[in-house]
Amino acid sequence: MFIQLVVSGIAIGAIYALVAIGFTLLWQASRTVNFAQGDFLTVSAVLMFIFVCLGVPFIWALLITVVIAAVLLGFVVKKAIIQPLIDRSHTTIIVATIALSFLASNSVATFWSAQCRAFPQIFGMTPYRFGSIALSRQNVWTIIIAISLILAINLFIQRTKPGKAMQAVAQNREAAKVLGINISRVTTMVFVMNAVIVVFAAMLIAPVFMVRFDMGAQLGLKAFYSAAIGGFNQIRGALLGGFLVGIIETFSSAYLSTEYREAFVLVVLIAVILIRKEGLLGTEEQ
Amino acid sequence: MANLTRKKRPVTRILHWTIFLGVIGCVPVIFGGNAYYMYVATLIGIYIITSMGLNFTLGYTGQISLGHAAFMGLGAYTVALMTLNGYSFWLALPLGVLITFVAGLALGLPSLRVKHHYLALVTLGFGTVIYLLFSNEYEITGGFSGLPGIPRPSFFGLDLSSDIAFYFLVAAFLVLLTGIALWILNSRWGRAFKAIRENDMRAEMVGVSLLTYKLLAFAIGAAYAGIAGGLLAPLMKFVDPTSFPVHESFWFLIMLIIGGSGRFEGPFVGAIVVMLLPQFLRGTQQLYFVIFAAITLILLIFWPGGLTSLLDVFFRRVLRRNPPQFTK
Repeated sequence: MFIQLVVSGIAIGAIYALVAIGFTLLWQASRTVNFAQGDFLTVSAVLMFIFVCLGVPFIWALLITVVIAAVLLGFVVKKAIIQPLIDRSHTTIIVATIALSFLASNSVATFWSAQCRAFPQIFGMTPYRFGSIALSRQNVWTIIIAISLILAINLFIQRTKPGKAMQAVAQNREAAKVLGINISRVTTMVFVMNAVIVVFAAMLIAPVFMVRFDMGAQLGLKAFYSAAIGGFNQIRGALLGGFLVGIIETFSSAYLSTEYREAFVLVVLIAVILIRKEGLLGTEEQ
Repeated sequence: MANLTRKKRPVTRILHWTIFLGVIGCVPVIFGGNAYYMYVATLIGIYIITSMGLNFTLGYTGQISLGHAAFMGLGAYTVALMTLNGYSFWLALPLGVLITFVAGLALGLPSLRVKHHYLALVTLGFGTVIYLLFSNEYEITGGFSGLPGIPRPSFFGLDLSSDIAFYFLVAAFLVLLTGIALWILNSRWGRAFKAIRENDMRAEMVGVSLLTYKLLAFAIGAAYAGIAGGLLAPLMKFVDPTSFPVHESFWFLIMLIIGGSGRFEGPFVGAIVVMLLPQFLRGTQQLYFVIFAAITLILLIFWPGGLTSLLDVFFRRVLRRNPPQFTK
């Protein structure tokens, strides 16, 4: 029982970590706090579901969704909404992403369906058995895929030229501009990257949650908590925060109370803010 | 915002109050026969009060609150529980206001020490927890079955339980709270609020205590929502958790942005438009959410002053007094 709980905590935590990494990337590149992150996830899951229902093989459904999300949730959102607002206050951008979140989830409910649908179990149902321990396929594959994605993102940021440009913009926008980095282009790239990350997170979470217009709301919030607990301006902060939130949530709902599992995470968050305001691994910002 | 920093001529001020009171007085004369219209009118009054509170928080000091539905819920449940247990409404409402004001202080204090987006995060979490409390503590709150049979108050023997009488009670609160809001905004506090919104670093440099005034604006905003909630409970004669879900707070934000955030008339215009439009169109609630969210985004990008600023431009062009100006 204990090991299963640890594994499912890590699995859900890995998804939170993925979504939270998208969050921190957006924050670092453009100081955008994306309240629509969860709804991006809903939209991706719904698109994938629609293609699967049309009889498209799953891997193609995933690829098509990645392309649509990259254009719509990455490029278009950046150019049409964030770009005109980027010089205004942070509050304006937050309100805009909240409106975007409302728009996305309610468009899904109005123009697709307000009912929940079961997503196909892409990883299969029979659990893996190791002696007396049975681990669900879903959890094992979630952990494998999420961790490889996180490693890939890290490699991209550390080793490639665009990745280094992202780091430069995150550390000091003015200096990056002086060095000839096109900040607007880097920001657009980060938005597209975030959209792609979100599609993969949607693929991992959709078989567990049902596909529904509000499936992303809680998830986006948890990812936000993870980023804040771990540190908003650090990828490893988002990683630590995601796993922490996943494990706290799984254990508190198993041993303490299912009704209030949201509350435990919030208590941890407030404690972290009071003790170390930049988050566990975050660094002070100017 | 030009409307506030500019000193109004007394004639204009009297004219505004006359129109305001006139509209309030005319509604029951025209719609008094129809219980549903009176209900919508009363509800608009309550939402104006909530948005006015949010205007202190978002409009005048630039902070985000996603907990306004929860503050409203706290006010509503306080009044519901106390009046159902035989206490007077006139005791329950001030207590509800006190509770929301203190809750505002308690939430604002830790989050305002750090960056402003933490306030959004913490208030959103607060909204979630309050909703969970309302739905799960069924021994006290009745859970999802809610609390039925909330009595409407009377005022020194004057019975306010009819729809029209209750409308006038809400209208009286609206007028009172509008007056208080004007008084606060024209006082030292109001000037400090505006200084913070325009440039918080500069405000701090000339000696405005950022933490104190931001906290104050946030708590006043919460208290306004508490009063609105306290009036909502006897209007509905029923409270349940589904009236105060987290996304209801998003709705208030949208209302304020559409009306014009940081403008005194904003909450009035926003609440009226957002509440009336669905009465004329037919469609699902989600369709309105789509429409209003799209309008909000367009206004944010092109006319951040909301509909109030558009009206301003329109009137100036009609009266040819000043050349049209958009405030960025």
